Amino acid sequence: MYRYTEFDTAFLAERNRQFRAQVERRISGALTEDEFKPLRLMNGLYLQLHAYMLRVAIPYGTLNGAQMDRLALLAEKWDKGYGHFTTRQNIQYNWPKLSDVPDMLDALAEVGLHAIQTSGNTIRNVTADHFAGAAADEIADPRPVAELLRQWSTDHPEFQFLPRKFKIAVTGSPNDRAVIKAHDIGIQIVQRDGRIGYRILVGGGLGRTPMIGKELAEFVPLPDLLPYVEATVSVWNLLGRRDNKYKARIKITVHEHGIDEIRDLVETRFAETKAAFNGADLELFDEIAAQFLPPAFRNAPAEAYDRAYESDPVFRAWADTNLSAHKAPGYAIAQISLKPHGQTPGDASAAQMRVMADIARRFGHDELRISHEQNVVLPHVHKSDLPQVHAILKAHGLGTANIGKISDIIACPGMDYCALATARSIPIAQEIATRFDALKIEHEIGDLKIKISGCINACGHHHVGHIGILGLDRAGVENYQITLGGDATETAALGERTGPGFPADEIVPAIERIVEAYLEHRESREESFLQAYRRLGMAPFKTALYGAETGKKAKAA
Amino acid sequence: MSILVTDAGFGPDDWTRGFDGAAALELAPETDPATLEIAPEVEMIRIHFPSFADGRGFTLARLLRLRGYKGRLRAEGHVISDQYAMARRAGFDEVEISDDLAARQPEEDWRFRSNWQQHDYQSRLRG
Repeated sequence: MYRYTEFDTAFLAERNRQFRAQVERRISGALTEDEFKPLRLMNGLYLQLHAYMLRVAIPYGTLNGAQMDRLALLAEKWDKGYGHFTTRQNIQYNWPKLSDVPDMLDALAEVGLHAIQTSGNTIRNVTADHFAGAAADEIADPRPVAELLRQWSTDHPEFQFLPRKFKIAVTGSPNDRAVIKAHDIGIQIVQRDGRIGYRILVGGGLGRTPMIGKELAEFVPLPDLLPYVEATVSVWNLLGRRDNKYKARIKITVHEHGIDEIRDLVETRFAETKAAFNGADLELFDEIAAQFLPPAFRNAPAEAYDRAYESDPVFRAWADTNLSAHKAPGYAIAQISLKPHGQTPGDASAAQMRVMADIARRFGHDELRISHEQNVVLPHVHKSDLPQVHAILKAHGLGTANIGKISDIIACPGMDYCALATARSIPIAQEIATRFDALKIEHEIGDLKIKISGCINACGHHHVGHIGILGLDRAGVENYQITLGGDATETAALGERTGPGFPADEIVPAIERIVEAYLEHRESREESFLQAYRRLGMAPFKTALYGAETGKKAKAA
Repeated sequence: MSILVTDAGFGPDDWTRGFDGAAALELAPETDPATLEIAPEVEMIRIHFPSFADGRGFTLARLLRLRGYKGRLRAEGHVISDQYAMARRAGFDEVEISDDLAARQPEEDWRFRSNWQQHDYQSRLRG
């Protein structure tokens, strides 16, 4: 894992000193609220429905036990005893006081954490595959590149007042777990003739105008990476629309100008930005990469795992759903679900955070990850330790066996917290999870991703949910639209709307009818919901939702 | 009247040749960098910031420096003290602000950011 250099530490201390002064100047009136707003946002501080909200970055989703312990401390000392993990590998505290925030930031800095550029019209927290450094299917660990980009984008003088926010995600695997096609820039590590390079996508994004990212460059070698990304942001900073914030994101710029024109502009600009780099970035990259070497994996028998798997059905169910293939023999990647049925997706209490930190230290080479699906990952656990890890998790409400299943729902905070929301999301997620848990068919259904947003800004990624739910306000009444067939992976697709939406008390039965239709029409248990939808199209699901007449029309069309 | 901010703090404008002649050039934030040509006699370029939230001027300044412009480069308009380090790092020499802004954001606020050469990730990445 990356350890802060003296430079990083000094930078962060200075940054926090500046923010403390900005808070004081806001209180004194030297800064207007208009002027203070972008400054607090670029330090992660929002004004929400009920209070300020502090969004802390978990850079590329990686943290150690001490850092997780510190997140717990913040929750206890300055919030209501819990935190909320988000879809962009951040944690949000919903109830801090403005005057406490500088102290919170100092407490974070002591363990190398910060809230810089988690908001505002800046380059946001760079995200990465949450299985980075552990996945069996990985070409290279994406975290060194993500850390290089973090350093490059942090306080970048040109890019603190961009037309709008700018999100970058990196994957080191062809199986995309970082949703790179829904980011302003998506970076995929690729290999060509034995050399590592970077495929660059641009202009993806969800929100009110969802777009799948387009290929900007097929292969950018490492020495060109920073100047290439810099050229892209530089072109957009001048070209992006500032007249309408809903048309300001780079996806609209790409859409309006066309990918070919954007590519020409970027290539021309690249000739200029490249000249300003002299190789110092490459030396820094080597120093960074050296800190992401794999831990010393143990070579030990895994019989304890086999015994528990044979004898304990609860452990077996958890192992079947929550474990993924690790690149090292005898190891597994274990996901800790923050989606217990009926609870708020992505919330963890301070006590749970400490439990996870402790497990990481004892059994997980002191590493934890936050996934964009709002779960926590133990990337390196030896299989022989898994029964013990599972027992501890279970004892603390962290043993839910539902990763990738219908109750592993991404939901935005919705109207319970967010000033922008037009409907509630969390209660809908809770009701769906509770209902399917009661039906006892969750494991029968198999892999099915439901994603819920409480407004068209789409923080809950509903466009790329296999089943997407969008909560809107229709004349003062919540109304939920359904989309089907969305996909957040390397085969990314935007979901299609089924038809008219449903009121809050009808949305859960509607989801149930969709699932029943899937179970009825699938060829076998092996055909997932998404595969079945791609084969069958919308018609059987329309019939299930709206009756036979509507379904027939869908088939004819 | 306006105030000129440099690393030394507040001072009067010492550019006496105006902005109408051949020695000076004024740029709007919407300037297209593709058509931007700097005549050799230009010694002063002033880039206007209509709002502190409009960051185009930072990229224009950077491009001018990348293209070899060595003369004076000034940010003028609604720039706040918190942006002083960004302006200097992007290639500006100085910032021109109104008396009103200077009264609300006094010299000490700007001096607070005069250490712009320290704690700069970009200079580390570029050697």
